[in-house]
Amino acid sequence: MSSSYDCVIIGAGMSGLAAGIRLAMFDKKVIIVEKHSISGGLNSYYSRGKRKFDVGLHAMTNFVTAQERGKPFNKLIKQLRIPYEDFKLHPQKYSLIKFPEKELRFNNEIQLFIEEINTNFPEETDGFLKLLDFIKTFDEVNLSNQTQMAKPVVKSFINNESLLEMIFTPLLIYGSAWENDMDISQFVIMFKSIYLEGFSRPEGGVRTIINILLKRFEECGGEIKFNCEVTRVNSKNNRIESVEVNSNEIINCQTILSSIGLPETFEIIDNLENSNHKPRVGNLSFCESILMTDLKPKVLGIDATIIFYNNRPKYLYQKPQTFFDSESAVVCMPNNFDHDEFNEGILRITNIANFDLWNKELNLSKQAYKDKKEEVYKQSRLILEKCGLNSSHEVIFKDIFTPTTIKRYTGHQNGVVYGSIDKSRNGTTPINGLYICGTDQGFLGIVGSMLSGISMANLHVLSPQNSGGLS
Amino acid sequence: MLTNEEVRSKVLDIIADIALDDDVTTIKDDIALRDQLELDSMDFLDIVMELKKRHKIEVPQEDYSHLASMQSCVDYLAPKFNA
Repeated sequence: MSSSYDCVIIGAGMSGLAAGIRLAMFDKKVIIVEKHSISGGLNSYYSRGKRKFDVGLHAMTNFVTAQERGKPFNKLIKQLRIPYEDFKLHPQKYSLIKFPEKELRFNNEIQLFIEEINTNFPEETDGFLKLLDFIKTFDEVNLSNQTQMAKPVVKSFINNESLLEMIFTPLLIYGSAWENDMDISQFVIMFKSIYLEGFSRPEGGVRTIINILLKRFEECGGEIKFNCEVTRVNSKNNRIESVEVNSNEIINCQTILSSIGLPETFEIIDNLENSNHKPRVGNLSFCESILMTDLKPKVLGIDATIIFYNNRPKYLYQKPQTFFDSESAVVCMPNNFDHDEFNEGILRITNIANFDLWNKELNLSKQAYKDKKEEVYKQSRLILEKCGLNSSHEVIFKDIFTPTTIKRYTGHQNGVVYGSIDKSRNGTTPINGLYICGTDQGFLGIVGSMLSGISMANLHVLSPQNSGGLS
Repeated sequence: MLTNEEVRSKVLDIIADIALDDDVTTIKDDIALRDQLELDSMDFLDIVMELKKRHKIEVPQEDYSHLASMQSCVDYLAPKFNA
């Protein structure tokens, strides 16, 4: 069976759905093809033991009120024409960066972070204020920005090594594909979205966002196909012709927006010349323990929303030589947003992990793999204790995922979450008509992934200079 | 034949749908839309797209500057509406 579309979008994650809405809104014939039976991609959901879980969501970054104009979140809902209220966002209480010697709290008002720095590192206050000025005037979304590492730039404002590490910790673990540092544009995007705008959680979790996007896409007349894997991208004379799905069906198309990752997209291109320019596969993957407790974290001594835990003087954001790094973690308490919809306590502990070791273990023996997961769980209990959780509680349910789980469900090589260190910021590839979108191209988090889908759809499919071949 | 007032009202309908949170009833015709409303380049693309979708009017990129204010929109678009 053969059919023809203006655009085929590969992947029904946040970026694919957002791109799809934009195209369907303006009467492009668009289809989203999704390998899995449900949408969401890296930010999906599942059920275990009658309980509902979010896969990736700790918090949404880029929190703004409906009145704050020109901010990423409000820009994107305007582009998708979705009312602000539909997301039912509940802001965080506060978060904590916890190092061996010092702790810094921050919330959705930068004032608290400034005060905390002033208290703990008084000699750095001036430098930090200057860093804020630098960040506020930086044009981080300019697609022609050159890649440049952020730490040397930030060091020109911040002298204290410890404070520098503390500032970088949330930004690295919430979005860097690079080890121990990140690109300056990405640093500014992350800084603004975490420290200047902040965290919130949509009521109902990630399902709320996915359902809003799916409904809007269908309203606009878009088509979506689940259990439909793109097995090949066909091109002729360096121009896209069609995609092959489930190994036999051909869908003809003028353009393709791929949200499955840069190296993953290159893998399915039929006859790629210049294959020596293949993007590298990233190094950073994660494991996570999700615990349900009879009592809520607040009662047990933790009222922070998110704790960035690090038990070394320096923060090692790198692939560990062990299965996972138990000396650093992100600990998220979904109960501790300003609205708590849960009957039980929930604690999510995320560690940086080594894909190769997990993959080897899994291939060796299922039991050994299970035992390792149990070790992750045990360490997560110790981390919770160090974060101040008292022991007078029962764990009534637990679930642990590893880098191999991420690979299995997202198709990302090495179970990476933030993509390759090679990015396609403007979305172009060596093949005409094939473009890349997604959170892993340097626009981070849920808000970043949706913005990426919107910008790539606007730039490569909707913009008039491209409409010649399409309409 | 559409009057200038009718063209203005059709453009206003589009802007109202794009700038959901702005009050479009107070737009001054001779002042740039950008200076009165929260519109960025992505939103101007939407005005162009909506003109095409609703009224089959094409605005080539080199003519975008004609959409700067309500007055320039009407001057530029009226002949296109009536073509």
